[in-house]
Amino acid sequence: MLYAILCYDSEDVVGAWSKEEDDAVMARLAVVQEKLAKQGRLGPVARLLPTTAATTIRKGREPLVIDGPFAETKEQLLGFYIVDCSTLEEAIETASDLARASSSAGAYEIRPLSVFRPGAGAT
Amino acid sequence: MTDIAWIDAALTSARPQAVSALLRYFRDLDTAEEAFQEACLRALQHWPQNGPPRDPAAWLIFVGRNIAIDAARRRNKQEALPAEDTISDLNDAEAELAERLDDAHYRDDILRLLFICCHPDLPATQQIAVALRIVSGLSVKQIARAFLVSESAMEQRITRAKGSIGAAGVPFETPDAVQRAERLAAVATMIYLIFNEGYSASGEHAGARAPLCDEAIRLTRLLLRLFPNEPEIMGLMALLLLQHARAPARFDANGSVVLLEDQDRTLWNREMIAEGLALIDKAMRHQRPGPYQVQAAVAALHARARRAEDTDWAQIDLLYATLERLQPSPVITLNRAVAVAKVRGPAAALAMIEPLGSRLSGYFHFFGVKGALLLQLGRAREARTAFDQAIALANTTAEAAHIRMQLDRLIKDSGPDRDAEARPKRH
Repeated sequence: MLYAILCYDSEDVVGAWSKEEDDAVMARLAVVQEKLAKQGRLGPVARLLPTTAATTIRKGREPLVIDGPFAETKEQLLGFYIVDCSTLEEAIETASDLARASSSAGAYEIRPLSVFRPGAGAT
Repeated sequence: MTDIAWIDAALTSARPQAVSALLRYFRDLDTAEEAFQEACLRALQHWPQNGPPRDPAAWLIFVGRNIAIDAARRRNKQEALPAEDTISDLNDAEAELAERLDDAHYRDDILRLLFICCHPDLPATQQIAVALRIVSGLSVKQIARAFLVSESAMEQRITRAKGSIGAAGVPFETPDAVQRAERLAAVATMIYLIFNEGYSASGEHAGARAPLCDEAIRLTRLLLRLFPNEPEIMGLMALLLLQHARAPARFDANGSVVLLEDQDRTLWNREMIAEGLALIDKAMRHQRPGPYQVQAAVAALHARARRAEDTDWAQIDLLYATLERLQPSPVITLNRAVAVAKVRGPAAALAMIEPLGSRLSGYFHFFGVKGALLLQLGRAREARTAFDQAIALANTTAEAAHIRMQLDRLIKDSGPDRDAEARPKRH
């Protein structure tokens, strides 16, 4: 089963990290990613730009364009991983590895995938 | 996990919201700042033991408010109060908070805090210093370092500025739409000044001042999250990101200026560029152009050019023409002349800037550009005079060194036109 691991955190707090701190967190996360990649379980990984760069399209008869992220919340969706895990236990373990590697107070949401098309072309 | 780096980042990011809410409660800047400081000390004691709160800003506001009220009571009654743990149970703080704090207030609170720093009686440098101290929470020592003055001089400057702010009174009423727009514009200008203080530094001072650029970007991001539909704030954010993205390429190993067209573009920060381009695209959709958006659009054209020779100078010329209409200024015309030189040649550009001579007679970049244009036209003697004037007006040793380099080439009589652009940056 493929799982999406969605990374939520306070953008303000993450944005207040020094470059050194940010680099250190990314380096620790890279260790976890490398392990997953070696096991052939790692799909796409994305870090999103801040929500200030986001635009939301409200569905309706005429789609409505709104500046900003879908929801104004204390914590924002900052990125995601696609990981292959045989069980939910394994997905929880993987997300816990990531949680231990990143020294912040946010959350990881685990969402099983129903459709996955790896795509081609976009790099 | 609640390590010290996380707490540090959480306190920094909560500061504008917490201090501005405390200012609304107490209507006094010193009280608000002290309450926040005390709350931070409590946070350092409590968070490592009890785990981080879900909403650090709300926790700090609640605790800070209680501390300040207790302190006021103590002063009034002049009597001993019971031990701390019997008067405020910090563990319950969060539960009570959820209902008490109204998200809608935050926006005007933070804007008010930024706005009082822009008091028109304060010179720009004091506005900046006081904003960095109060809103960003930089230490006096850090600010003094950035402004290249002693810590005690900066301490005095900030104290005086806060005195002026206090005397003027804090505007507490909720602003109407017009006032809000005026406050927003004043705050945007002040943030741009902070950025320019950092950006215009060079050579040996660049390191000390670079944090000002980061801080300006952080404040703009804060503002944009509060006002997500304002195209000019998107434009300001894009402008700062696109300019700051070039920081790693702007100076060589000796601290000398590297001109935009000579910069190693692989050193530019691609992530900042991506964000800047996304924001300028968002802003343009509103079709409400303003000076920040237009300047950001110019910066975006530079960012999009993989090589200097790919730059779309014709489009830059048009954008500066728009900027001249929005915000007429000889400095903008000077900027436009640089683009015109690329599109229509140095003679056209020189004709454009010659009438500016009387108004820009004290401006370093005017003579730098003029000298470069004259050089391209083969008028070496006049070019030399212009370069000499530029050196006399240089603000930094890096600027002077850069012109001297062009002079040296001129003397060697091999003046190549690749140095045509001494890019003015201050408007």
